Amino acid sequence: MPLLSLNDVAVGYHKPILTHVSFHLEAGQVLGLLGSNGCGKSTLFKMFCGEAQCFAGTWHKATGIKVSIQKQHPVRLFNFPLSGYEYLRLMQADTQSMPERLAALCSKRVDSLSGGQFQLLSIWACLASSSQLILLDEPTNNLDPTGVSLLLTLLSHRRHEQGIILISHDKDFVQAATTQQLDLTALHQPDF
Amino acid sequence: MQLIFDPLFQVPLLVGLCASLLLPLLGCLLHAREEWLAALGVAHITAAVQLLGAAVEMSLLASGGLGAIVAVIAKQLSAQQGNLGYALLMLVGWATLYLVAANSALGESLAHALSDGQIFLVGKEQLLAMLLVAIPFLVCLPWWSQRLLRARFFAGYEQANQLSAWRWHGSFDLLTALLLAFASASLGLMASFALVVLPAWAVFAWCQTWRMALIGSAIFGVVGYLLAFALALSYDQPFAPVQVSVLLAMAIILRGVVPKMIKKS
Repeated sequence: MPLLSLNDVAVGYHKPILTHVSFHLEAGQVLGLLGSNGCGKSTLFKMFCGEAQCFAGTWHKATGIKVSIQKQHPVRLFNFPLSGYEYLRLMQADTQSMPERLAALCSKRVDSLSGGQFQLLSIWACLASSSQLILLDEPTNNLDPTGVSLLLTLLSHRRHEQGIILISHDKDFVQAATTQQLDLTALHQPDF
Repeated sequence: MQLIFDPLFQVPLLVGLCASLLLPLLGCLLHAREEWLAALGVAHITAAVQLLGAAVEMSLLASGGLGAIVAVIAKQLSAQQGNLGYALLMLVGWATLYLVAANSALGESLAHALSDGQIFLVGKEQLLAMLLVAIPFLVCLPWWSQRLLRARFFAGYEQANQLSAWRWHGSFDLLTALLLAFASASLGLMASFALVVLPAWAVFAWCQTWRMALIGSAIFGVVGYLLAFALALSYDQPFAPVQVSVLLAMAIILRGVVPKMIKKS
């Protein structure tokens, strides 16, 4: 039973901007979604949150599974006293098996972290939560090469019951991080 | 100091203590939702409905409850406009408040009480109303904290998991409106708003954790209230302006001095 199935889906806001999208994601798999700017990659994620509309086709999420979404620009409030630990606790993310580099950030306020540090923390919040389906939108944003390498390690140590979909423009990263890829460029409908 | 513990002022002291403990906690959550300005709009709407209620001889509990429901509906309708919507709420509430006041004998004195604060005149009905809000508020606080902050920092999580999020968002909005209704009726509109905005603003700059910020802002609120209560009684001053002045002074000192001390150490 796949965690997520899409069959010939057309998605958009007022009209479809991406059509004929089909894939199945099983537990343990990492699917990389590639495509040019504005082709509708993030819109597809937004459909799962009800922020974009499915105009045609069907999509199905396995019953009872939890979903975690790391948006392209994770929300961070400035001048807001929330520690890294408290941030992770919001998603009930595990803090025991956390890599040392991330553990060192947990006692700091989230608004004092650099963009890359916060990016890694927000990815960990999703990966280490009890969710089975993880959606990561541009997870390499703000990351330096060490950060990208840590992200690859985190993804490779995913739990076996988890399925991950990630969006990225970085083809090398997608090749290294995923078990399958789907290029959405050809499915984009600019003048549908 | 003796005046504070005078049996004559026991009930007012307790009503104010409840409000000064709860409003800063509410302020922390409203800052997290970037809805602190909504508090002023909601307080004006509830005050206007309370005044209308007083004009037709409704009890404080009934008019406060009705005001809270009207305010929650008005807030939902104006929420999409953000701060502009909250400002509109405030203007509608303010205009209604003073028009009702001008056209009813009882209303005029109540309108003054709402703006100046009438903490020294409150009775057991206000204490009961405040306790009826305080208990569920404190019980719900950890439950709200987790869910409302998650909704803020992990946008889309509730929708993607089809959670019944209306339970925490709706109960928070309703208790917020009730608390503001009863607090405004005793402390005054601006004194209540100051307790929502200033403690959180003062402690957010230097607290390291959310938990610490909640504790710090509650302490700030209670200390500020007690100081204002004593000063207003001792020097025979209207309570609300004294309360706002004390909170402002404390906030500016805390906001300006403590971060520098932390940096130095």
